[in-house]
Amino acid sequence: MGTEENQELNARKAWELEYQKASLRDSNFETMSGVPVEPVYGDDLFPGQYPYTRGIYPSMYRSRLWTMRMFAGFGTAEDTNLRFKELLRNGGTGLSTAFDMPTLMGRDSDSEWSLGEVGRAGVAVDTLADMEDLFADIDLSQVSTSMTINGPAATLLAMYVAVAEQTGVEPHQLAGTIQNDILKEYQAQKEYIYPPRPSMRIVTDMVKYTTAEMPKWHPISISGYHIREAGSTAAQELAFTLANGFSYVEAAIAAGQNVNEFGKRLSFFFNSHSDFFEEIGKFRAARRIWARWMKERYGATDEKAMLCRFHTQTAGVSLTAQQPEINIARVGIQALAAALGGTQSLHTDSFDEALALPTEDAARIALRTQQIVAHETGVVNVADPLGGSPYVEWMTDEMERQAEAIFAHLDDLGNGSILEGTFNGIENGYFVGEIADAAYRFEREVNSGRRIIVGVNEFTDGDNPEDRNLLRIGAETEEYQLKRLNDVKTKRNQEHVNSALSEITAVASDPTRNLMPAIIAAVKTYATEEEIANAMEVVFGTYVEKAIV
Amino acid sequence: MGDHQQRVILAKLGLDGHDRGIKVVARILRDAGMEVIYLGLRQTTASIVAAAEEEDADAIGLSMHNAGHLTLGPKMAEAITAAGLDIPLIIGGIVPDEDVEELMNTGIAAVLGPGASAEEVVATVQDAISARDKA
Amino acid sequence: MTSSSDAATALFKSAVKGERRSLGKLLTAIERGGDQAEIIAGLAHQVSGNTHVVGITGAPGSGKSTLTGRLLKLFSEAGDKLAVLAVDPSSPLTGGAILGDRIRMDDLAGEESFIRSMATRGHSGGLALAVPAAIQLFDAVGYEPVIIETVGVGQVEVDVAGAADTTVVVVTPGMGDAVQANKAGLLEVADIFVVNKSDRPGASDARRDLELMLDLGHVSGLEQMTGYRPPIIMANSLEGTGADEVLDAIKSHAEYLRNSGKIHIRQKDRLVMEIQNRIELLIGSTASHILESDLGANSITKVLDRKISPAEAAKSIVGSIIASE
Repeated sequence: MGTEENQELNARKAWELEYQKASLRDSNFETMSGVPVEPVYGDDLFPGQYPYTRGIYPSMYRSRLWTMRMFAGFGTAEDTNLRFKELLRNGGTGLSTAFDMPTLMGRDSDSEWSLGEVGRAGVAVDTLADMEDLFADIDLSQVSTSMTINGPAATLLAMYVAVAEQTGVEPHQLAGTIQNDILKEYQAQKEYIYPPRPSMRIVTDMVKYTTAEMPKWHPISISGYHIREAGSTAAQELAFTLANGFSYVEAAIAAGQNVNEFGKRLSFFFNSHSDFFEEIGKFRAARRIWARWMKERYGATDEKAMLCRFHTQTAGVSLTAQQPEINIARVGIQALAAALGGTQSLHTDSFDEALALPTEDAARIALRTQQIVAHETGVVNVADPLGGSPYVEWMTDEMERQAEAIFAHLDDLGNGSILEGTFNGIENGYFVGEIADAAYRFEREVNSGRRIIVGVNEFTDGDNPEDRNLLRIGAETEEYQLKRLNDVKTKRNQEHVNSALSEITAVASDPTRNLMPAIIAAVKTYATEEEIANAMEVVFGTYVEKAIV
Repeated sequence: MGDHQQRVILAKLGLDGHDRGIKVVARILRDAGMEVIYLGLRQTTASIVAAAEEEDADAIGLSMHNAGHLTLGPKMAEAITAAGLDIPLIIGGIVPDEDVEELMNTGIAAVLGPGASAEEVVATVQDAISARDKA
Repeated sequence: MTSSSDAATALFKSAVKGERRSLGKLLTAIERGGDQAEIIAGLAHQVSGNTHVVGITGAPGSGKSTLTGRLLKLFSEAGDKLAVLAVDPSSPLTGGAILGDRIRMDDLAGEESFIRSMATRGHSGGLALAVPAAIQLFDAVGYEPVIIETVGVGQVEVDVAGAADTTVVVVTPGMGDAVQANKAGLLEVADIFVVNKSDRPGASDARRDLELMLDLGHVSGLEQMTGYRPPIIMANSLEGTGADEVLDAIKSHAEYLRNSGKIHIRQKDRLVMEIQNRIELLIGSTASHILESDLGANSITKVLDRKISPAEAAKSIVGSIIASE
């Protein structure tokens, strides 16, 4: 027997040992017609084996389906709290919070910037009082909470810690994730407050704080979703996202963090768009690249620190306002790509999202769509079922090749540091320029008819704008929230607020001190999110994007 | 006025950061030979009015993706009128069809929905400008 | 002609009173060129000659706009009511342009200031006339200082920035930016150098390169001629460092020009350049008309028949222009 065959045999044996240890779901793992199927096919590389191209776990969905995580949040904290409690009664254990635009931007509901936006796209949080309402009667030691927030992430995390403390739950008991991926804000989503470098300092302070005090917390979810939505190609989404990941790793290492400890707590968030095989190649390449870089470049030795765990959301930008009901088919195909790509969790978009926020019916259909993929198609029985297909393997390699070329550029731009290359790329407009070029090329293809978008530039019959039933959010939320904020401001001790805010400014001026304790102290005085943001802004300044169109 | 170079201001009003569409529109208008004064994100009605005066703009285009169009659209139109400017305001982005009439009644010259072609974008802007010039 | 003259005068008066919209419209007319533009430039010229003109130029991506924004903030904090003309290239294919320089200036400039974006519109001659006219207009209306920002590529852009009283040239470390600046003729017009992004590797090399080029007299022997050596300032416009020094350098250069009386030379040079540009344009357009006339057709036929050379044809056409004046 040749060495190669030996290795293959060893790989299979090693995988079998791991697979046997895994607990499996109660299922027959056979086709609809009763044909039993193997957990994986192929000979050389198996799921759960470095570099994890075929999946991060040996048994993949045979042990556990992906988490069907549907992002929610609307109106006042009390409205969302009711929704949370209903979810928990139905057996859910994970809460996912969407904040409204002012909260995401570090603005209070009574700011002139917030007019018309309060409670619209998510829940409004101004002070600790709102956070108390949001998690009222929920045992925070028993749930896992995901918070999608970036610019003012430290303040929201501080509020969460403070609410827990009020109910006797210690920070080390808290489990969850905060998005906190500030780099992609400058590249795509544009919800930043301060310039990149001070923002990175806040992120690093949060990483240090959570490492020491909140071991069950995931301090960053590195997100390519928004990069893709802004118009990037699949390879750009892959490369920019992983490069941002490398940047956080470099920053954490520079701050004295252990790559094995820190690496384990990172997770990713990708888009699933309509080009089926390109997406699957992208997901497979992501795992392989991340594992290699963590091991070879950053010296990780713990395999758990090399795993690219990711959440996926179907491509909101692919949804059409014309004939919106056909979006259900798009979402189904994109969800299937995510499953075949080995995602750990999935949000499926509602068909009406190109028109307005989703109605409850549309959100239900979206959830049902991924349930069909999980329970009816059989794709969950076999790990990486497309692995070994010449086309899929080629596409995976191609995605990797394109991503490596971008890493080489960033490495060059940063003189051997991806972190510096990323900062420089932000400053010189590299990322936004590349994304704008890709978006414009796509639009031109659609416009010239060379690329067909069903219902938009072809097959346009059957659009019935009159039939649409869209979600409307009234002005009551805004009025309620303004009153609530005003009450809090009247009742709180203003002297305590002022001194807590001055302390934040003092700590911000001293890069050797960690901002988290000062922010936690400030939220406890009921200082508002915007007051805290301003206390740092006087030191850090604000960021205005260079016009790269 | 025939050879007059058309100058269009494009901006995002308020906190909404979705700028993919507005950037594409900027290029479409440039490629149609117009001068686009791109103000980018986080503008106020006051900053847009000031820019329109200083740049002597022929049209103002706002992009909206956060369901704020019924609040912010009319507010912008009011600010333009209050400043005594006669400049057509065009709203693009996610605007449900049923809201278009309401917007037009508040003094907005045109609404461009998702999926508008490059030709529609250019024609809408040009029509809005020539309607103003004729009036 | 009279009605357009009246309209121009009315707009001008209103602009002098502080009506920004009128100033906006005057600038549009200036950019469009033609009779109305000449009337406006004439009105402005009578009452101009007071403001200090600062040119800021550098390669694309050198961080000029951000630096300009910082300077605007410093000027307006000191109570100056300033005007900015931000010049960017038009697309040579479509004539359109995306002008985005306001973004990094707007918040910083203060309410009193005035920012105008100008596209090059593909014809360099137009720009060479429109920019000086716009400067005079800002000057006449009372803006001080007037800042002209251009991308340092192309001779006209360099000339436009170089015609300022104080010209600031921004370079960045690496990629031989200083050498490129030398090739583009930027060094010759510089009164102040800024090495931006000074935290980057190669920043001190860029500084050394510039010092060397100044030592070698690549700056047209400016130092010997004037007793002034352009300072080199290290800046990081993203972090805001260096902007104070640039402001001080602008102020001391202005003082130097005033004390040495060289401000009058600068102003004269600028006006002479404008006259020359106008002559070239006038002769050029008259020559084009003649080429399309019978006289022109006659000359062209003779050239085609090898009876006279192209040079002789040109001489005779220019001769007829001078004779007709």
